[in-house]
Amino acid sequence: MSTWSRNNPLTALAVLTTALLGASVVLIFFYAPVDQDGLNQKIFYFHVPIALTSYACFGWGALKAFLHLWKRLPSADLESYVAIHQGVIFGAMTLVTGSIWAKVRWNAWWVWGDEQLVLFLVLFLFYCAYFMLRFSVDPGPQRANLSAVYALFGVVLIPVSFLAIRLANSYIHPTVFTSSGPQMATSQFATFCVAWAAMLSLAYFLYRFELAGKRLDANLRELRELIT
Amino acid sequence: MTSQEKYVAAAYLVVFLFVLAYVVIMAAKLSRLGRDVAELTALARERKARTSDQAPKQVKVG
Repeated sequence: MSTWSRNNPLTALAVLTTALLGASVVLIFFYAPVDQDGLNQKIFYFHVPIALTSYACFGWGALKAFLHLWKRLPSADLESYVAIHQGVIFGAMTLVTGSIWAKVRWNAWWVWGDEQLVLFLVLFLFYCAYFMLRFSVDPGPQRANLSAVYALFGVVLIPVSFLAIRLANSYIHPTVFTSSGPQMATSQFATFCVAWAAMLSLAYFLYRFELAGKRLDANLRELRELIT
Repeated sequence: MTSQEKYVAAAYLVVFLFVLAYVVIMAAKLSRLGRDVAELTALARERKARTSDQAPKQVKVG
């Protein structure tokens, strides 16, 4: 790692994210072939990485919540909150891009009979309720503990949501990753991996960016109390 | 533009708009923090000037 990127981690992350997003768009539209699903399949390259990134954010939030409860790390509560916030943003993007894909493929914005869709919505709404819980309690150790326990409960829904499609009897939702590996061409899989790396990088950049803002806000509030 | 192309464009536009909205909100928050820093700096300067005014003046003896 160069000295510049060590001194400016957020700027370096922003540059990396922009480069990866640019590369993924180029690969999606100029390298990956169009399969039998038609042009609509191009949504897959952003929709699935966004969904996987939202799972990663919820998982990271739960890990930080666990560390808060176990080791009482002072920054873990804020980190858990910011990670879950990112997860909800990526979850909303998953639902919207998925609905657009479904409109073309199934001629419907939403199919209640599809377990994957409904379980993802349940997961999304569960984490939306996290904010209602968090902001209904006064700041302090009680709020941090309640939020951490709630975040830990939610993480159970992630494997359920991910595996639902594989365990369900109805196969409306396409399954690309099976036990025998990814069901796509090498060029498509390479494009997917770059798009996923771009989304993970974007989520990490936004996470660090929001965290820096929140820490600065807390420090300034403390400074104001000391000065006035 | 075919309807499929429109939907693909809409999906990518949605992602772009989400990220843009997030960055705009964060930029607004950062500018508020910048104003807070300026306000606190002015307050600290004012306080420093007040304490230096109140400090006893040195008088030459002899």
